[in-house]
Amino acid sequence: MSSHSVLFDAPGPRARRNQMIGNIVGAVVVIGIGAFVVAQMASKGQFAAELWKPLIEARSWQYYFLPGLQNTLIAAAYSIVLAMVFGLLFGVGRLASNRVVRWFCGAVVEFFRAVPVLIMMFALYAMLPRLGLTTPETNPLIAVVIGLTLYNGSVIAELVRSGVYGLPKGQREAGLAIGMTRGKSIRFIELPQALIAMLPSLVSQFVVILKDSALGALITYTELLRAARLLGSDAPFPILQTLFMAAVIFIVLNFILSRIAELVARRVGGRTSGRARANPAPPNAVTVPAVGGTK
Amino acid sequence: MSDFLEVLSNYDILGAYWINLSLTFFAAIFSLIIGTILAMMRIAPVSSLRFAGTTYVTLVRNTPLTIIVVFAVLVLWPVLGVQFSETFSINFFWLAVVALSVYHASFMCEALRSGINTVPLGQAEAARAIGLPFLSAARLVILPQAFRGAVAPLGNTLIALVKNTTVAAAASVPEVSILMKEMLDQNGNYVLPIFLTIAAGFVIIVIPVGLAVTYLSQRLAVSR
Repeated sequence: MSSHSVLFDAPGPRARRNQMIGNIVGAVVVIGIGAFVVAQMASKGQFAAELWKPLIEARSWQYYFLPGLQNTLIAAAYSIVLAMVFGLLFGVGRLASNRVVRWFCGAVVEFFRAVPVLIMMFALYAMLPRLGLTTPETNPLIAVVIGLTLYNGSVIAELVRSGVYGLPKGQREAGLAIGMTRGKSIRFIELPQALIAMLPSLVSQFVVILKDSALGALITYTELLRAARLLGSDAPFPILQTLFMAAVIFIVLNFILSRIAELVARRVGGRTSGRARANPAPPNAVTVPAVGGTK
Repeated sequence: MSDFLEVLSNYDILGAYWINLSLTFFAAIFSLIIGTILAMMRIAPVSSLRFAGTTYVTLVRNTPLTIIVVFAVLVLWPVLGVQFSETFSINFFWLAVVALSVYHASFMCEALRSGINTVPLGQAEAARAIGLPFLSAARLVILPQAFRGAVAPLGNTLIALVKNTTVAAAASVPEVSILMKEMLDQNGNYVLPIFLTIAAGFVIIVIPVGLAVTYLSQRLAVSR
């Protein structure tokens, strides 16, 4: 991201002075906005110690934040594993030489990418118990996991496909030249390299999974957000504070995941003939019919 | 089948989709405005603005949208007293718009910035060589090309926004996902058909937008 150095030269004395003035004005504006928010909060009594105390009480962590965090991580972990499986199956399916398989996998992937996750979760939440697949206790978790799996699995399938397309075609040709079938060449030559090339985008999709697991709060899955909400709706109603804490935990988790993504991209970047992008597209933006993807 | 159609006719499905589209419309405008300001801040030669822009994007992008929507409805309005209307439904609608705008602004910003990254160094150098200062160079040379390069990521963000309007359910805005929930609760024997009907609506909205984005991004691409 060298975009700013593209736009301006090394500053001379006058530019430096202007930048300094700009800096001060900018800082004043930013601090001003911050001060306004703080003043607004203070005028509503949001800095009262009793409202912030729940954040450092053992009780709230023991019964709300930690169990909530645990449920968030459980849902995210299941979804990540299952979405990978789904994505690999359907991604390879879209590359298959059999037209029916290719068409079927394409239709499934495009469908689940176009439908909002929340719609799927609501439908699964209503559908699964009727089919006798879940009990009242397991239903919210399973609905969350399947919803996240179908959507993110489809996105990962697209990543797999574009990862394989992104490899130099010499790789496939070499595979065919030594007598492999198309399927073998995909499995043993192209897919392993595509997976390394797509690792960064893959991890940012994991961030999306982690974030979207918060949708489970709307179908009574007691993950972090719902736990924070429950804690905040008891006297003295520290809802601002508990939601703040939940957001902080999510930000820290996602930040760690993103850092890992960058690290991994740097370490394994050399082990593929494709290109591992250190800066994948913004997570939520991978959700469209890709170029020429919808037929 | 005819029973099912009768069930459908009992609900104002198009009206609910209309709310999703209205949410999309307003949130798209506001998030694009905020996102443009953020993108300008992130590329400005002023380090405090760069820092503020980067911080906003990093924080907001890593927060679940659901938390932001819940925050708007449970904190912004009742606790901090931000109110748009005396009428509950209108108030909730605008709170949802605020939450959606705040969240997607960070993605709009990143989309614009990735557009800026498609502008070759030579363009900026040429702009400076003919003596344009930063703002004029940005306005006349960089941004027009950057917007064209940003069409695809901006379009992707728009599509994500269309789908994310369903999260307004957390703000009890009576949009499609809440309507579907109500339909499912009242017609347990038609769960799958109801889901497929509602899902089809999104496919019908999202896929043409995706095709239009692809077409536009190719059409508007700066040929180099």
